[in-house]
Amino acid sequence: MASMRDIKRRRQSVESTQQITKAMKLVSTVKLQRAKQRAEQSQFYFKCIYETVNSILSKSGTINHPYLKENGSDKKAVIMITGNRGLAGGYNSSIVKLVAFNEAFTKDNTKIYAIGKKGRDTMDRLGYEIAKDYCDVIEEPTYDDARKICNDLLTAFESGEIGEIYLAYTFFKNTVVHEPTLLKVLPVNLDETSPSLEITEKHDVYAPMNFEPEDEEALNMIIPKYVTSLVFGALVESVASENGARMQAMDSATNNASDMIDRLSLLYNRARQSSITQELTEIIAGADAIS
Amino acid sequence: MDAFKLKVVTPERVFFEDDVEMVEFNTTEGEIGIYKNHVPTTVIIKPGVLNIYMADSEKTVKKAALHEGFVEILGDRVTILAEVIEWPDEIDEERAEKSKERAEKRLSEKETGTDVDRATASLLRAMARINVIR
Repeated sequence: MASMRDIKRRRQSVESTQQITKAMKLVSTVKLQRAKQRAEQSQFYFKCIYETVNSILSKSGTINHPYLKENGSDKKAVIMITGNRGLAGGYNSSIVKLVAFNEAFTKDNTKIYAIGKKGRDTMDRLGYEIAKDYCDVIEEPTYDDARKICNDLLTAFESGEIGEIYLAYTFFKNTVVHEPTLLKVLPVNLDETSPSLEITEKHDVYAPMNFEPEDEEALNMIIPKYVTSLVFGALVESVASENGARMQAMDSATNNASDMIDRLSLLYNRARQSSITQELTEIIAGADAIS
Repeated sequence: MDAFKLKVVTPERVFFEDDVEMVEFNTTEGEIGIYKNHVPTTVIIKPGVLNIYMADSEKTVKKAALHEGFVEILGDRVTILAEVIEWPDEIDEERAEKSKERAEKRLSEKETGTDVDRATASLLRAMARINVIR
């Protein structure tokens, strides 16, 4: 049996770990509230943009626009949104798994646009090419950040450097359910929609829509906005998911620490009792020997 | 006068939502004003002033600087999807003046390497801001 002192020391160390996990849980709860609010506030914008793009495309199916067809390059760009920090349960690794275990993405044909250090480092170690790195964005994502990322991607797409753009992020369904999601961004394919948009109520049958300027020009301007809004939406949802995942992970860590402390207290008391018993036995034995 | 629903949303928040009588703003095709029962149209925004004529009894007019985005016009409702939009009290007048001067200077000098599109855009934005305040 371990000595009393060892058990005591172990219990103290678990206690201080528990304090840390408890504090982290509180912090991420607060952050989650904020991130959740942001995600909810921005939802409406994406729904509108999605509906508009949808209505343009459904009515002008014959349009031959560079953003709507393949450009011949077999390179695939993946925007990977992970966290900058760990201790968030399976949050980071499930995004990595989503990309690395997908047979469509081999090391030769995939370029990673990394948002978040954890994903970047892991993909780098696995031997993928990291094309760009936007790790500071994830702390406080703004719409401007999303726009910059999209500009880079669209330029690469237009120059034929990449042929397809995917988005790997964590969809924030609710506080406890977060789904790692892979979404094809370009060429635009509206059959494959973001789960965040599935709930969209169907518009009453569309009145024929006019466009000023003409369809093609309008698409030129609206599609970059559409892509930007997708990326921004993915960013805010991922931030919410990250904090949700961390809150859960830290909650269970705190609970596990409580269990460990209970067990160690029991062991400690047992060790204490047995050492007292032993001392008593020794004293009595000593007294017996003298008399 | 009939009122319709106007909704102005940005990626960060719902900026404005109420019944209005008319709304005016600047588009790539020129300035337009919209009443109820407009033909369904989608237009792209150019930087300019957004005038909202409220449908309340006092007929208040609200102004905002609208910089980028697009508008979906349907018969009984109008949705402005704005990437950048500001109420007058959110605008820093001094900064707008300065960026206007800067943009004008850059445009008039016509140095090689000046990004004309960018300078024009920033001039338009500054003008929109200043016009909203005055």
